[in-house]
Amino acid sequence: MLHNKSFVKKTRAGRVMKQVREHYLRDDIFCGAPFCKVCDTSSARLSESPSTILVLDTNVVLHQIDLLENLAIDDVVVLSIVLEEVKNKNLSVYNRIRAICSNSKRNFFVFSNEYHRDTYIKEMSGETKNDRNDRAIRVATQWYQNHLGSGVKVLLITNDKENKRKANDEGIHAETVETYVKSLDRPDLLDLLVRPSEDIDMEEVEDLRPSKRKVIYIEHKPMSEITSGLHRGIYHQGKLRVNRYNPFEAYVGSESIGDEIIIYGRSNMNRAFDGDIVAVELLPQDQWQEEKSLSIACGDEDEDEDVHLAPNSADDAPRTIPQQGSSGEINAVSSRPSGRIVGIIKRNWHSYCGSLEPMPMPAGSGGIVHALFVSKDRRFPKIRIQTRQLENLLDKRIVVAVDSWDRQSRYPSGHYVRTIGEIGDRDTESEVVLIENDINSRPFSSQVLACLPPLPWSVSSEDLSNPIRQDLRNLRVFSVDPPGCKDIDDALHCTALPNGNFEVGVHIADVTNFVHPGTPLDDEAAQRGTSVYLVERRIDMLPKPLTEDICSLRSDVERLAFSVIWEMTPEADVVSSRYTKSIIKSSAAMSYVEAQARMDDSRLMDPLTTDLRNMNSLAKKMRLRRIERGALTLASAEVKFQIDTETHDPLDIGMYQIREANQMVEEFMLAANVSVAQQILKSFPLCSLLRRHPTPTKEMLEPLLRTAAAIGLHLDVSTSKAMADSLDHAVGDDPYFNKLIRILATRCMSQAVYFCSGELSPPEYHHYGLAAPLYTHFTSPIRRYADVIVHRLLAASLGIFKLPPIFQDRGQLTSISDNLNYRHRNAQMAGRASVELHTLIYFRKRPTDTEARIVKIRSNGFFVFVPKYGIEGPVYLTTRSEKGGGEWYIDEQQQKIKKMDGSLSYSILQSVQIHMEVVEPQPNRPKLQLSLI
Amino acid sequence: MEYVSPEGLRLDGRRPMEMRQIRAEIGAVSKADGSAVFEMGNTKVIAAVYGPRQVQNKSQQMNDQALVRCEYSMANFSTGDRMRKPKGDRRSTEISLVIRQTMEASILTHLMPHSQIDIFVQVLQADGGTRSACINAATLALADAGIPMRDLVTSCSAGYLNSTPLLDLNYVEDSAGGADVTLGILPKLDKVTLLQMDSKLPIDILENVMQLAIEGCKAVANYIREILLENTKQLEFRRGV
Repeated sequence: MLHNKSFVKKTRAGRVMKQVREHYLRDDIFCGAPFCKVCDTSSARLSESPSTILVLDTNVVLHQIDLLENLAIDDVVVLSIVLEEVKNKNLSVYNRIRAICSNSKRNFFVFSNEYHRDTYIKEMSGETKNDRNDRAIRVATQWYQNHLGSGVKVLLITNDKENKRKANDEGIHAETVETYVKSLDRPDLLDLLVRPSEDIDMEEVEDLRPSKRKVIYIEHKPMSEITSGLHRGIYHQGKLRVNRYNPFEAYVGSESIGDEIIIYGRSNMNRAFDGDIVAVELLPQDQWQEEKSLSIACGDEDEDEDVHLAPNSADDAPRTIPQQGSSGEINAVSSRPSGRIVGIIKRNWHSYCGSLEPMPMPAGSGGIVHALFVSKDRRFPKIRIQTRQLENLLDKRIVVAVDSWDRQSRYPSGHYVRTIGEIGDRDTESEVVLIENDINSRPFSSQVLACLPPLPWSVSSEDLSNPIRQDLRNLRVFSVDPPGCKDIDDALHCTALPNGNFEVGVHIADVTNFVHPGTPLDDEAAQRGTSVYLVERRIDMLPKPLTEDICSLRSDVERLAFSVIWEMTPEADVVSSRYTKSIIKSSAAMSYVEAQARMDDSRLMDPLTTDLRNMNSLAKKMRLRRIERGALTLASAEVKFQIDTETHDPLDIGMYQIREANQMVEEFMLAANVSVAQQILKSFPLCSLLRRHPTPTKEMLEPLLRTAAAIGLHLDVSTSKAMADSLDHAVGDDPYFNKLIRILATRCMSQAVYFCSGELSPPEYHHYGLAAPLYTHFTSPIRRYADVIVHRLLAASLGIFKLPPIFQDRGQLTSISDNLNYRHRNAQMAGRASVELHTLIYFRKRPTDTEARIVKIRSNGFFVFVPKYGIEGPVYLTTRSEKGGGEWYIDEQQQKIKKMDGSLSYSILQSVQIHMEVVEPQPNRPKLQLSLI
Repeated sequence: MEYVSPEGLRLDGRRPMEMRQIRAEIGAVSKADGSAVFEMGNTKVIAAVYGPRQVQNKSQQMNDQALVRCEYSMANFSTGDRMRKPKGDRRSTEISLVIRQTMEASILTHLMPHSQIDIFVQVLQADGGTRSACINAATLALADAGIPMRDLVTSCSAGYLNSTPLLDLNYVEDSAGGADVTLGILPKLDKVTLLQMDSKLPIDILENVMQLAIEGCKAVANYIREILLENTKQLEFRRGV
């Protein structure tokens, strides 16, 4: 049956056009009930004999998605009109409901009511779109009831009063979510419910006196006004990013003024969350505030700076605002525009991890209690929730979702989603770290595991006879990795050639031989993006059999590899290079310590040791050349834990030691990556996946230069070469000084990112840190998905395999590289958070005195960096109560903080003795405190 | 964007392998020697054929075969927004050429030397797949004019969106930016006379998409044959045979 839909639509240019679309109505859309006599039941999803079938209204799906994800809700028909409305309103909820619908364990059926001959309805004159859709839902419900007969109760779940009334009038069973959930007799589900806004008594937690019921935030402007404001240039649109270290300060990157707008304080932020797309109005220039970050924490609430790991790059570090005219000009008005948020264009609400604020148990347990939830991530405000199980939740880490934020409420209201575990428990806290960083740690699904080759796997004769695979089993290949490494993805060999040159090979696990494009395994790996290394566990990108056995280049077993083989002169000049798939048999899997010991032990003269020494001498030459080109030797304060094998508690922490053997392996990996980058870019100039490291801007290096100037050190940052040289010359009176400067320098730079070569122009491909014009990741396909892609590109460039179709779609490749960057960053954050967590556990039992360096001066104290443990945190000179007592003043130019009477002064980079101890200011909230001795 | 829902329905409610509704009518322009209207969903095309007749421009006359000319145009009202389209722009010149070459391949031109056949096609309403609709309309009109042909050329488009081959793209699917294959075949001879594609496709996928388009062409051919048969029966009836 054919039917034409006609509607008017506004085009992008602003013209109103009539659109006519065909709309085919079908009679082959089935009801999805397996017991139905009329319909084809091959695609049925509902259970065999349900007592009730639920039909959901759009508002139920939009607001109660957490409830729907609970297994207790089942036998649900999701109408296509509902899906369409949900998709238009909230894409993330749409993805979640789609995931439920496609989950074979849930009995959710999508009924395409809009294309069914009997359930499609035409808009009546005078009927709004909304009313029409509500009617469509009712018609579909009615159809289901008639179709399935009286044996099954078809229940419409709606929270729309009008819709419910009309449904009842038409003789359809309809209930609200509350009444339905209550009828299930499952009190735990009630907490998952989102209460409709009119039912919430806002002030119950804050204050019950009506006089205090006042409007806290200004009203958001209506969408039409925002659009016209954006047009006229009085509002600016952008994504809100809240400062990780100071939740009262946020930034909106605005294209229209080409600068970041700073937003101070919750009232200016006007209920916006981190990640929301907002409309901002600039404040008059005289209200632009001078930077507040001069004191360690803005104390309008009881939140303050925690001790955390020393940041590794500019992206992690707290943002500092470059000071204009810091010398001389007093009373300078900041030139950075400040603004306030007038409207929120798109919300970025999701669920948050944290715990309830401690509160006394109210009398008469069992009733509904209002509680405040504190997110672990400090960028988010407290969230008010209702719960019936307060006594259970008080000492737990829980997940909470946000529902609304009313103008009269200081905090947004939300609802409980689930419990993770007890606060302070290591497993719980690790889980929190994973959830906060959006890391999927679920076991691999059966579809993914089905893609694995049968175990036990070994190299087959087919592989051996494959002409594209070269047999390199006769070579003396070995691998050098951290101790206890199970996912060995790289191995090396070095053979002296008769002509005096060396043949050097880098062999990388041939993951793409097992992970084929388009399979569930590949999709899962692409989604995970990278393996995540926490202190006590590893979350793999690929299933364990692949990671630890089939792909891992272990010693004395035959393995498939992808090899890069160079011929090099003794001066480490590359004569020729080639790439091939291969079969290797590693003769030794050494740890760095072992390899180093072999090289150092002059008595050992066996062939393997000779190979190692040859490689090392080549690596040293390559390294030297790289440094001459201007590669930066950056430093990070990486620490290593020794973990108790039984309890998994940290036993000791120390700096990560870097040996020559590490540098040797690193050098050859870099060379392989560069070499492969050149090869793939040559073949696929538009769709190669490369990695770039942007040159830091002047502003980014500003804090480093200021610090350096204060101690009388001149750094030339004009080029990476100049920077590398001046870093080399920065030698202070103590051995750690140079490393400290390097750590500070590293911190000023942004991180390297993946990108698709078609998106940028060749000069932008540059990798600043390595001083390489081209770079990519090729050497760790077991733990990074980027390498898997590069393997496929390389194979295609050699003509071994066809390029998978996704490479033809530049947009898709870009979205993959964006995802990789996101996952990579999250994995790093999770790793750091895990180290922080273990640091806390470690110091819980061991209060320590140690040496620290001052890295940042603030008006009421300073930040210190503890080299031994790689952590950074505030030391307060004044106590909180006598805030800004005026005893101390800052010498901005010399970066010093002095006592008024001149008796004491601390300057930047100075070494101080501090005491570290874990304190618990509030129950269940342990934190590490640093204090001067 | 989602062009095929997980339930396997396209935006307009069709399944991936389904064509739009087709409708044809013979004899829409009585002055012409042969004419037809062809509709594929909301795409509506009219074709008129004159000839074989005397060659208008003597210099173009060929002694061994007939001259085939084709003119394609789009009515100003064919799309929603009224736009004055200059005659002879690049796009319509190209489509004229494509239609001419496709039709020439099936017309037995050697039987009609010193003569000329004019094919005029005009798009009355455009909703994707105009090229295919024009060829189908032209075939019908040629048959109506009684011009000897090897076979009925039929055409249909197919595309590839959301990793699914789709038959007979409408305007929305056409402008999605995916590959769009227009195919013309001689169904009885099983020969391809036209193959055009926008954008790129890996070769194995192209084969699938093409196979789908061939199915589509054959379905169109069956329908056209039915229409012609019915038309002939009516003519027979009118003659009183």
